[in-house]
Amino acid sequence: MMFDNTIITNKPASPALDFKPKSHGYIPRGLTFAAVIIIIIMLVIILGNIVYNGAGTISWEFLSHPPENGMESGGIFPAIFGTVFLVILMVIAVVPVGVMTALYLYEYTDPSSKITRIIRVAINNLAGVPSIVFGLFGLGFFISFIGNGMDSIFFESEGPVWGQPAIIWAALTLALLTLPVVIVSTEEALRTIPRELREASYALGGTKLQTIARVIIPQAMPGILTGSILAVSRGAGEVAPIMFTGAAYYLPYLPSKLNDQFMEMGYHIFVMATQSPDVEATKPILFGTVLVLLLLTFLLNFVAIFIRSSMRRKRVNV
Amino acid sequence: MDTKKDILKESKISDLKIPNYKMMVLKQNFWYGNNHVLHDISIDVPENKVTALIGPSGCGKSTFLRTLNRMNESIPNTRMDGTVKLDDIDIYKDFKDSSKIRTRIGMVFQRSNPFPKSIFDNVAYGLRVNGIKDKAIIAEVVEESLQQAALWDEVKDILEKSAYSLSGGQQQRLCIARALAVRPEVILMDEPASALDPLSTSRIEDLIGELKKKYTIVIVTHNMQQAARISDYTAFFFQGDLIEYGLTKEMFTRPKKKKTEDYITGRFG
Repeated sequence: MMFDNTIITNKPASPALDFKPKSHGYIPRGLTFAAVIIIIIMLVIILGNIVYNGAGTISWEFLSHPPENGMESGGIFPAIFGTVFLVILMVIAVVPVGVMTALYLYEYTDPSSKITRIIRVAINNLAGVPSIVFGLFGLGFFISFIGNGMDSIFFESEGPVWGQPAIIWAALTLALLTLPVVIVSTEEALRTIPRELREASYALGGTKLQTIARVIIPQAMPGILTGSILAVSRGAGEVAPIMFTGAAYYLPYLPSKLNDQFMEMGYHIFVMATQSPDVEATKPILFGTVLVLLLLTFLLNFVAIFIRSSMRRKRVNV
Repeated sequence: MDTKKDILKESKISDLKIPNYKMMVLKQNFWYGNNHVLHDISIDVPENKVTALIGPSGCGKSTFLRTLNRMNESIPNTRMDGTVKLDDIDIYKDFKDSSKIRTRIGMVFQRSNPFPKSIFDNVAYGLRVNGIKDKAIIAEVVEESLQQAALWDEVKDILEKSAYSLSGGQQQRLCIARALAVRPEVILMDEPASALDPLSTSRIEDLIGELKKKYTIVIVTHNMQQAARISDYTAFFFQGDLIEYGLTKEMFTRPKKKKTEDYITGRFG
C-alpha cells in the first residue's frame, strides 16, 4: 500500500491521482503555517518594539542610579537590587523545600500509590493558581497571621516590626508560587536515575539516606539546578504576589533587613505605566526597564540550559 | 503437588549432607502482591563453594537470590516468610537495619552498574558509607580489592578516571571489586556475565574460581555450561519450586528428577 502510493505520487504520468493528495495537503499545511507565522510576527512586534524603544535608554548610568524627578529620569538600580535580593531569598526558601518534597514523593513513598498521586495532583493545581491569589494568601497568612503573631509575642510595645509588607514575606510568597516548578523538575531528574544505581549503593551497605546524599542528589543535580533557575526566571517576572506583600512604589534607600520593603523591576514597570504623575514622560525609562527584565529572564533561562547540558556531558566523561 | 514434600526431603534434610553451611534457608515463601512466586524453599549454602541457581526465566531464582541479602525489600508490595540464616544469625529477625547485613552478604548485578564516579571512588564507596575515613586504609583496601578482582594492572594508572571509561567486562570486574571492598562473607551474583562477550565472560568465570577460596558464592545463571563449569552445587528452580538441589557433578550427569533432566538436556526452558 505504502509503496503503491509513493510510486503514484512520484510519477506525474497520471495527473488525476497526483492532484488529489496534494490539494488535501495544501489546506492543513497552509493553516498550520499561517498559525506559525502569526506567532512569529507577534513575537517580533513585541520584542522589536521593546528593543527599539528601550535600547537607547540602557546605559551604565541607567543601571546604577536611582529614579529621579518622579521617575521621569534617572535609573532603576534600586529595582534591580531589590529583584536580586528578593530572588535570592526566594531560592533559599524554595529549593530545599522543593527538593525535599520531590525526594519524599519519589524516594520515600511508593510513587504509584494513591496518596502520592493525590499529592502530585495538588502540586500541579498549585501551579495553576492565579498569582494574585498567592499575593492575597501572602498578605493574609504571612503578614497578618505570622507577622502580626510574631509582633504580638516579641515586639508588643514597638508597633509593627514583622506584621507589615516586607521582602521576606514577598520572597516566601514567591517561593510558594514557584514551588511546583522545583518539585516537578527534581522529580523528573529522580525518575531518570536508574534503579541499578540505587541498588548498587544498597548492596554495599549504604542506607537510604546515604544513597540519597551520595548517589541520588549528585545525579539529580542538573535537574535541581534547572528547576531552581526556571523558578528564578518565573519569580523574577511576577508582580501580583509581591504587590501586597512587600514591593514599594518608591524607596529612597536599599533594603538591608529582612523586614524592609523593596523596589522590584516588574512592579516598577507596573508603577511607571499606570501610577506615575506623567506616564508619557516615563516611557523611555519604562521601555528600558522592560528590556532589562527581559534580558535578565532570557539570561537565566540560557544559563539553565547551559548548566543542564554541560552537567549531562560531564556525567558521562568526568 | 507432591514436589514440595520431595524438595524438603532432598535438599537439606536427608540426601545432601553439607558439612559446612554458610547460609541456610528454611521454608521460605515469597509473594509479589498476591502472586506467590516462591514455594517453601529450603536450601543450605555451603561455605567457600560456588552454588549455582538455574532454571527457566521467571522461575524465581533471581527473586530467591535477592532474599538472601534482603535486597527484595526495596521492591514495594512484596512479602516473605520463612527463615534465612547467615551462620547462626537470622538476617531478617536479628538485623533491624537491612543495610548492615549487606556488608556481610554482597551482591553483583546482571548489568554492571558502576557509579558515575571515578574508579577509585567506586571501590571506596562501600568503605565510606560504612564510616571508614582513614585515607591510607581506604587506598590499601581499594588496591587489594582491585587486585582480587583481577583489575588492578589495567586500572592502576587511571584510578581517577571515570568508571564509565572502562569496557563492559572491566566495569563488571570493577563492580566485583567494589563488592569485595567491604569484606563480605558471601557474594551473590545475578547473571554477572550475561551481558558480556565470551572473553570477558571467561575472565569473570576464572575470577569466581579464585574468589571461592575466600568467599561463599551464590550465582544465578541462564547458561547451563557456565553452571557446570564453575559451580560445586546446583539448585534447579521451576515455577517457584526448588525441584532439585545437589552436587553439580551429579546433577549434570545423573539428575534425579525428570524435570531437571528435561531442562538440563534442553528439552524446555
